[in-house]
Amino acid sequence: MADKFDVVVIGAGPAGYVCAIRAAQLGLKTACVESNSYEGGFGGTCLNWGCIPAKALLESASLAHKLESQGEAFGVKPVEVEYDMGAAVSRSREISEKLVGGISYLFKKNDIESVVGHGRIAGKGKVRVEVEDGDDRELEAEHIVVATGSVMKTFPGFEFDGEKVIGSREALALDELPGKMVVVGGGYVGVEFADVFDAFGVEVTLVEALDTLVPGFDPELGKTLERTYKKRGIDVRTETKVKSVDRDADPMVLTVETDDGEDTIETDVVLMAVGRKPVLEDVGLEEVGAETTEDGFIRVDEMLRTSVEGIYAIGDVAGQPMLAHKGSHEGIVAAEHIAGEDPHPLRYDNIPSIGYCHPEIASIGLSAEQAEEEGYDVKVGKYPFSAHGRALTAGDPEGFVKVVSETKYGEVLGVHMIGHNVSELAAEAGIGRMLEATVEEFAAHPHGHPTMSEAVMEAALAAMDRAIHR
Amino acid sequence: MATKVVMAQLSPTMEEGRLVEWKVSEGDEIEQGDIVAEIETDKANMDVEALGSGVLRRIVVDEGETVPVGALIGVIAGEDEDISGILEEAEAAAGAEKEEVEAAKAGGAEEEEEAEEEGEEAAAGQAEAGGGERAGQGAAAKAAPGRRDGGRVRASPVARKMADEEGIDLSRLEGSGPGGRVVKADVEEAVESGVGRRDAAAGPERLTEERIELSQMRKAIARRLTQSLGPVPHFFLTSEIDMGRALDLRAEINGRLADEGDEGEPTKIGVNDLLLKAAAEALVRHPEINASWGEGEIVRHGSVDLGIAVAVEEGLITPVLRDADRKGLRRIAAEAGGLIDRAREKDLQPDEYQGATFSISNLGMFPIEEFTAIINPPEAAILAVGRTVEKPVVVDGEVVVRRRMRVTMSCDHRVIDGATGARFLDTFKGMLENPLAMLL
Repeated sequence: MADKFDVVVIGAGPAGYVCAIRAAQLGLKTACVESNSYEGGFGGTCLNWGCIPAKALLESASLAHKLESQGEAFGVKPVEVEYDMGAAVSRSREISEKLVGGISYLFKKNDIESVVGHGRIAGKGKVRVEVEDGDDRELEAEHIVVATGSVMKTFPGFEFDGEKVIGSREALALDELPGKMVVVGGGYVGVEFADVFDAFGVEVTLVEALDTLVPGFDPELGKTLERTYKKRGIDVRTETKVKSVDRDADPMVLTVETDDGEDTIETDVVLMAVGRKPVLEDVGLEEVGAETTEDGFIRVDEMLRTSVEGIYAIGDVAGQPMLAHKGSHEGIVAAEHIAGEDPHPLRYDNIPSIGYCHPEIASIGLSAEQAEEEGYDVKVGKYPFSAHGRALTAGDPEGFVKVVSETKYGEVLGVHMIGHNVSELAAEAGIGRMLEATVEEFAAHPHGHPTMSEAVMEAALAAMDRAIHR
Repeated sequence: MATKVVMAQLSPTMEEGRLVEWKVSEGDEIEQGDIVAEIETDKANMDVEALGSGVLRRIVVDEGETVPVGALIGVIAGEDEDISGILEEAEAAAGAEKEEVEAAKAGGAEEEEEAEEEGEEAAAGQAEAGGGERAGQGAAAKAAPGRRDGGRVRASPVARKMADEEGIDLSRLEGSGPGGRVVKADVEEAVESGVGRRDAAAGPERLTEERIELSQMRKAIARRLTQSLGPVPHFFLTSEIDMGRALDLRAEINGRLADEGDEGEPTKIGVNDLLLKAAAEALVRHPEINASWGEGEIVRHGSVDLGIAVAVEEGLITPVLRDADRKGLRRIAAEAGGLIDRAREKDLQPDEYQGATFSISNLGMFPIEEFTAIINPPEAAILAVGRTVEKPVVVDGEVVVRRRMRVTMSCDHRVIDGATGARFLDTFKGMLENPLAMLL
């Protein structure tokens, strides 16, 4: 078989596989190398050990929580809710496998060669793949795209042991529930896991060093989430740093530090959700002299070109935010650029961030504070779900939609939401922002009734002091 | 039985007509053959006769409105007859017609694939059809916006509001968004650079159609002069222009184009092309010349469409170079060349020789030093161009030989006064004598 390709993509995660498909669509002979690492596989962390299985478990959690807390009120005869983590995990694995299988189908359909093994850049235009149980292969590539993704990160003293101190990878495969769990890190990964295990009856403590949950988001989202979590019985501790863990004690003892001094928490498991780090080792980048950034990513330009000609980098290795949808779109931009098209660069200021905790959080664009810092004359329109028809029917009246606009032209600068299914509203906000819609357009579109999206319209109206339902 | 009063086609080229005046009112008894209305066509004002008798039940089109040929303008019927069917039908037809007309206008001269679409979308379709390359889209987008008929420019809501606020003319911007859509960044850039600004400092304003109410003095001038000299009272202004620099520049450009080789563009700029360019630039600066005498008003046109008088076997025809003010010299040369060739081959479509806003008649290839041309109504002026000859002139007290060209502008005195015309000619002369000015 000829091992010459127009494009070789290293990594088949959401950035890499999308890049390969787009390149193949544009008529480029494409191969995609996947090492099937601990957190990866075709579809990457996202499909195998990230977004998808996590959402499957969150649905189990949501169902359990809903039945328990609201079944009777909804007119569903109360049943004794039993938790079967093993069954929930099996279900999540089946969904992952189904989607991973879908990638093989798409690769075949687009005539992309899948190469299983560890891929490494071996000089200009060459990728060497260590094939397990076989001879190494050398692929010649006009263009190389590095999409090696990221892995779980932890703190010194909190090294993963796979059992007592675990990361998201292990948390998604627990077949037995611990009695007590401490989740370290209140970002969207941490709050999602806290949600899952709380719903399954685990006694959860959620520890965050900063003063709010989901610190990257509009502060009001974190405050609202903290309030609902506390109401559910999750022990939320913000402004709390973890110091050390005694793994030998039974139960383990976690020492934390606050402004008031040290404290200890007894727990069976510590789940570290303190972020991810890009996979740059053993990719062959140093050898070819690809530059990296101060925060440890591969340096790329807006067409995702690295400092080395013919080598591109996309997804988690190419910088923040480390999100699947950002990686996929970088894959498209890179593929189109390689094919000689003239793609529009990705708008990094318009990428939605979503947390699938309950209530869900979704955010895009500037917060009011950021907008003010940028010198805009800001007008915020806010609409709560407390009297919103669709939210009430769903039994989820928590939360709100907040539209951040500027007063001169009414441009929508950001939309920040917390509530039932608001993840699905992020796209409306994103498209609106991409098309440079103003609050007028958001308000003028007759949103379907009754939908959660009506709240976006009402918040836009509120930004003009014209809310109908307030 | 009900009788429809429709916008009749009164000339083979007539596509639409303006209702000038209703001679009868709703409720009036009408006899077949009565004059019920007066309409204005592309050529003249004509009377509309009733084709049946009855009562004028409904005036559908009001005075001053323009509708396409065939459109219902009124209904004559029995006093109690049900005419709702006719009215509904007419309304539906008008709706469809309007969409088509808008789509066709937005699409410009290009073939329009989605005539059903709203004008804005149709323009986008055209831009996309221009090819996957951004360059192609950009070019189409650049040509698409700002038609004189008010076709919409594709722009984001924020871009529109910002342009409004900052006094930027969106139709003059090249959109960088998908399909040539003008986005906020384009307007911000325009604000920065001053491109597209509506104020005079950054160049002459693009034209918009304007209807100017007649003053009593203007009415008197029109009435008196028409009595004196035909329906269009002509007067003539002659000026002599030093063509030396323009001809040198032309030679230089043509030399350069020849070096570049042929890329499908014509490799020669003619003197006539320079005249067209100069006229277009001068007209933008003097919209009062780019005008027409209308019924009860003067219309200043929203675009510069130059008629080029071309001699053909059995007479003469004036193909129209559209939007000449928006085109560069090379494009003018290419398009005018094509129009003139096809005029000689009698291959012009009606819309290619109708609707000029100003004309040029150039007899410079003949031994004619100056002449006067007859205005082609409803244009308000025509420029007659004689040959360029070497002759002695006095410069700084010295007699020197210069290449001089005499032009005579015939003006419709109802629209243009002597001084107005003279100022235009002065600009025109300046353009040719300092030709770099018109190329910038």
